[in-house]
Amino acid sequence: MTAMHRMTLAELVGGLSAGDFSSSELTRHFLDRIAAHDAQLNSFITVTEEAAMAAARKADEARAAGNAGPLAGIPLAQKDIFNTKGVRTSCGSRMLDNYIAPYDARVIEGFNDAGAVMLGKTNMDEFAMGSSNETSWYGAVKNPWDTERVPGGSSGGSAAAVAARLAPAATGTDTGGSIRQPAALCGITGLKPTYGRVSRWGMIAFASSLDQAGPMAPSAEDCALLLQAMAGFDERDSTCMNEPVDDYSAGLTQPIDGLKIGLPKEYFTEGLDSAVEARVREALKHYESLGAELVEITLPNSHLSAPAYYVVAPAECSSNLSRFDGVRFGHRCDNPKDLEDMYCRSRGEGFGDEVKRRILVGAYALSAGYYDAYYLKAQQIRRLISNDFAEAFKQVDVIMGPTTPTPAFRLGEKADDPISMYLSDIYTIAVNLAGLPGMSVPVGTVDDLPVGLHIVGNYWSEARLLNIAHRLQMDTDWHKQIPEAFA
Amino acid sequence: MSLDAEQVAKIAWLARIEIDSDAIPEYARNLSSILDFVEQMDAVDTSGIEPMAHPQDVPQRLRDDVVTESNQRETFLKIAPATENGLFLVPRVIE
Repeated sequence: MTAMHRMTLAELVGGLSAGDFSSSELTRHFLDRIAAHDAQLNSFITVTEEAAMAAARKADEARAAGNAGPLAGIPLAQKDIFNTKGVRTSCGSRMLDNYIAPYDARVIEGFNDAGAVMLGKTNMDEFAMGSSNETSWYGAVKNPWDTERVPGGSSGGSAAAVAARLAPAATGTDTGGSIRQPAALCGITGLKPTYGRVSRWGMIAFASSLDQAGPMAPSAEDCALLLQAMAGFDERDSTCMNEPVDDYSAGLTQPIDGLKIGLPKEYFTEGLDSAVEARVREALKHYESLGAELVEITLPNSHLSAPAYYVVAPAECSSNLSRFDGVRFGHRCDNPKDLEDMYCRSRGEGFGDEVKRRILVGAYALSAGYYDAYYLKAQQIRRLISNDFAEAFKQVDVIMGPTTPTPAFRLGEKADDPISMYLSDIYTIAVNLAGLPGMSVPVGTVDDLPVGLHIVGNYWSEARLLNIAHRLQMDTDWHKQIPEAFA
Repeated sequence: MSLDAEQVAKIAWLARIEIDSDAIPEYARNLSSILDFVEQMDAVDTSGIEPMAHPQDVPQRLRDDVVTESNQRETFLKIAPATENGLFLVPRVIE
């Protein structure tokens, strides 16, 4: 039998139902891998060993009794941004280091209902603000392909854990690329769904009009299984949409001949590493051989995505993070001399530099006299960017390009330069502004570092995106590669 | 757009975040470079463009005006930094 960590999620589901192994054995295997390897990666903030083994036993009993859920007994890692009842939910911040969540996020409820087992909570950039996982209060995460490099962020712990197979799959959240960019840099598959597809209830808010949770796993087939447990209407998130949920696994193998793939000319230009471009072009050629047609398109306002994003996201963050005041939960400074002192010092001590920077930018952009010049202007640009996509989707079915301009960069390389860090999400940000679904799929390596293909679809086209990604993965094995140190 | 130390200190106060005075010059530098970066937006004429607040252009959903929350006072007080007599405790506000 293949070692359990080298199996795909679909294979693990099959193995459990065939009785090849139990969930207790499977969960033990991954807990042992975390214990053996995570010191090198720092991908977990909290490992919930006891609760995981108890959940695994429960899943084994449910299976024996014939009422196993679709993911019964499957161990998963959850990004530490999701509230998990009775378990510390830190969001990568000192502010929440002592916060034991009193309830489960909707995404966690979905996985519990499906019978999944939580291995623990993964490391992340503080409050999901970062592209390298270096802003975490719990220290940087290392890329399993080269531990001197970043795994990407903000869902860097989830990406690294899955790439090193310390978990079969994980969840992430994506506000400007935080699922797709780390998926690309770690050589796994990640999907950011349409805004409103997955409930944000219980997911700690960063920028509410952009945040969306999604699956991170080796393959598109795996992501389909996870998304099924995550997607759906939820009253408790007022922006969650009541749209029918597709069967994400049913159409995976459908032929894609006649598929029109749009290539934005703005994405294949200066700033893009030529070796990354070469890998992306090879994947596009493969799609042509499957009967797809490549069409050059234009997204004329794409250069404005990052500037608009770095107004909208900080503005919403400054508003959302005002809830952390040291009164009801989270960090409170010692010996406050009065209420104002308590607010200022609790927040000054609880937040790290990047979070403070973004709160300050947001507070400035929203302050009296500046609102029109910054926030309103950014929202108008957001409309232009969204209109560009709407025009493009009149001509093509999906849009493809690189997920990131370069492979994983070195730890510390961009840590002191916010703007250069922001530009590592240059291709992913526009998708959040428009609220569209997007995926990153591994399509090869440059100097042994993974490269991701970015696939963007129209609203609610997750099933189609998964189908398109799966067709590529039927013929390639980039998604099956595991870094040698973790094989 | 360039922010000086005094402006940064004022914004930090508005956001109720204490920042060491030593660190303020670096914040001023970083915030100024971020504001310069976003000013690329100024090159675009957006007059008459409807601002987009949310990706889905749908009206806000309404619900029936009924109680949906249960009383979880004990649960929430348990995770608070300081409580007294079933209330959240903060430094004295009124002398």
